[in-house]
Amino acid sequence: MSRLRDFLIGDPTATRIVPPSGFTAVLTIASAAAMAFLAVFAIALHLATGELAARWEAELAGTATVRIPASENAEADAAAVLTALSQTPGIVEARRLTDEEQLVLLAPWFGDGVPLDRLRLPVLIEVLETDAGPDVTGLSERISAEAPGAVYDNHSRWRVPLANAASRLRQLGAVSLLLIAGVTAVTIALAASSALAANGQVIDVLRIVGARDGWIAAAFTRRFTMRAFAGALGGTIIGMIAVALVPGGVETGVLSGLGFDGLQWLWPLLVPFVAAGLAFGATWVAAARRLKEDG
Amino acid sequence: MIELDKVAMSYGGRTLFQDVSLSISPGSFHFLTGPSGAGKTTLLKLCSLELGAQSGHLKLLGQDVQGIDRDQIARMRRRIGVVHQDSRFVDHLSVAENVMLPVAVSGRSTDVSGDLGELLGWVGLADAAERTPPELSGGERQRVALARAIILSPEIVLADEPTGNVDWDMSLRLLDLLIELNRLGKTILCATHDLNLIRHAKSRVSARVLRIKDGAVALAGAGL
Repeated sequence: MSRLRDFLIGDPTATRIVPPSGFTAVLTIASAAAMAFLAVFAIALHLATGELAARWEAELAGTATVRIPASENAEADAAAVLTALSQTPGIVEARRLTDEEQLVLLAPWFGDGVPLDRLRLPVLIEVLETDAGPDVTGLSERISAEAPGAVYDNHSRWRVPLANAASRLRQLGAVSLLLIAGVTAVTIALAASSALAANGQVIDVLRIVGARDGWIAAAFTRRFTMRAFAGALGGTIIGMIAVALVPGGVETGVLSGLGFDGLQWLWPLLVPFVAAGLAFGATWVAAARRLKEDG
Repeated sequence: MIELDKVAMSYGGRTLFQDVSLSISPGSFHFLTGPSGAGKTTLLKLCSLELGAQSGHLKLLGQDVQGIDRDQIARMRRRIGVVHQDSRFVDHLSVAENVMLPVAVSGRSTDVSGDLGELLGWVGLADAAERTPPELSGGERQRVALARAIILSPEIVLADEPTGNVDWDMSLRLLDLLIELNRLGKTILCATHDLNLIRHAKSRVSARVLRIKDGAVALAGAGL
């Protein structure tokens, strides 16, 4: 703890050893800011896609629909299917959708006031499954036997690909974060190495007066860590404002979930600290290597 | 204090010293002279551990420096003050901060900082504390270098052509400072090709002159 305090506070002269401005300073601050900005979006994407996948899973898991084709026997077929469903293990509840509910489903395509009595519509039965669910293959065969042409649809046909897509997006968000962290570390290491090369005279002077390599490396590391922290803090704040300004879309759309909610706003606040940690490690390694090479 | 035992050094394929042995006792004042390129600077760099001997043994402050690690070298350098002909500084730091650098790197924080004003006054730069090295003249830079070299009260002061870039009056002033340090018990080894300066010094202090020539170091006679 005291070492961390010593590092953060440092010796005032040691802190000022590294020239306060110049190309490497701009490079470090700008790259940390840009990467932090991107990291905030990657975190938002990661969280949004995770929530989206969970929402889709939660909303549709455990439900199924039986679709009975419109025909003269549709009512009798529906009654037979309902009986079969009531006798099937793994089914909690099955009920036929009312006309009003079918109207709601059709409204997005045909508008309000669809004359149901003049349309040949399939009969829809909403099914609620237990967690274990029924034997879908056996149940499908039985339903087909009771009502020819009837289909038992547990939504897996389109639910699974959507969940997979959301999961992939989530993974992409995580990979993006790793890439951003890697690029940040490499950029800062290059900037630090470049600063060490450009400040050969400073290092010579420090060695003449008895500075250990560890002291010199710490001076550069402290400076670059603080610069990365400052740049990342700026980039994070701008990124958070930008995410907050992302307009909400359709309620169920992907974009409507891109943002932070409640305690999620704490996640991006970690970015400057992670950037500082990366800068610390990258600069320390670059400085130690450079000083060793210089002899 | 400084002991060389059969030290050899070559540079760029040319042999600078061959089997050089010498001993400099504590509190002594030695000049090192010789023609340009004879190896005066190299010998001083050996003594300040900026270079390592290619063969032979070097003992500094009673310790054989053969094979010591980098941290030990750093600690040893804090006991040896060095003034170069072209003394280098951290240009964006003030004179005061540059002089205090050895204090900062040694981890001592306050115990000698109070002496800074007195030290700058001693080298005649009391009013230059807040200036930066690029704003200084050659003589002022050398005096800042001397102040930096002695801020930690080292046992040895090595000066490599300290008067090389300054006029005669400033040379005498720098020499006065070195003589005063010697009277305070510091061991002084000063490389110079300026024989007038050596003659002037010998009239004021008991100084020995080492002449380096053709790869050998020998004590010069009274006539230099």
